[in-house]
Amino acid sequence: MSFNIENYFPDQSNGNIILFYKGNVDSDVINHVLDTVEDKMVEVNEQPRFRKKVYNVLVESLQNLYHHVDRVPEDFEDQAFEKYGLLVVKKVEGGYKIVTGNFVQAENKEKLEEKIKRINRSSHEEIKELYKFILNHQRISAKGGGGLGLVDIARKTGNKLEYAFKEYNDKYSFFYLDILVNEEN
Amino acid sequence: MEPIIIEGTPKTPTVKFDSTEGVFEIKGRSIPENSVEFYKPLVDWLDSYKESPLTKTVVNIRLEYFNTSSSKCILDVFKKFEAIHKAKNEVEVNWYYEEDDEDMLEAGEDYESIIRVPFKMIEIIE
Repeated sequence: MSFNIENYFPDQSNGNIILFYKGNVDSDVINHVLDTVEDKMVEVNEQPRFRKKVYNVLVESLQNLYHHVDRVPEDFEDQAFEKYGLLVVKKVEGGYKIVTGNFVQAENKEKLEEKIKRINRSSHEEIKELYKFILNHQRISAKGGGGLGLVDIARKTGNKLEYAFKEYNDKYSFFYLDILVNEEN
Repeated sequence: MEPIIIEGTPKTPTVKFDSTEGVFEIKGRSIPENSVEFYKPLVDWLDSYKESPLTKTVVNIRLEYFNTSSSKCILDVFKKFEAIHKAKNEVEVNWYYEEDDEDMLEAGEDYESIIRVPFKMIEIIE
């Protein structure tokens, strides 16, 4: 049985999918996704303040993919792309779900999971302090990320980061991040 | 000094640093993938400006969105203004945020707590 990344969504809740994408995550794709989702939100008259929040979280999710994805495994069906990612944006009751997926090498998995767990056990105040600490003390990495993306997402949404690692083989996992942006926060 | 004038794009802000006119302004969206590339010339410009700054420098930041990678670069920009302030020149930052945009207000307060320069938080009422 082949590995099908779409079968393993951690979130199987109902919702209206407004965007589904899998493939290379480059600058043009990011622009296109941002424009599409922004237009949709204007179309359905979301409040400007809420629109901004969703937009901000979407920017960070996409740029996390852009800066951090590991190369696809050698035997993966799609070898054409350097930065392979999956993105789903869904309208759900009271807000939006943003689900991203990407390959993570086994040696990077633990570090990523530890980071998410640390964020998830922090209070809102602690997340604010963590954000400021990283902002002030950590340099931009060789990959171009600031190390702030996940912290910012947790801070802006006020929600825990739902995630899952699905083992692909002994060297790779596929990482899903499932973000809820709801209006109350 | 030659001013820096950069037109905004959907992903990068409008910038005007002009010591002759006394205008120091960043506004719009700042969400580029490579923010270092965008901000480095600004930081370099401020490095020269801090050698002979105006007696009073007023900085206006009016951002609609910025990504986390820009947030570090914006901090680097503020650090240059902080150095100017530390050298006994007057510096003031006006941080604008749209009505009810608490995220942007909090972002301004983050910088205010890190950078030793007087900040003014200004709500833009539509």
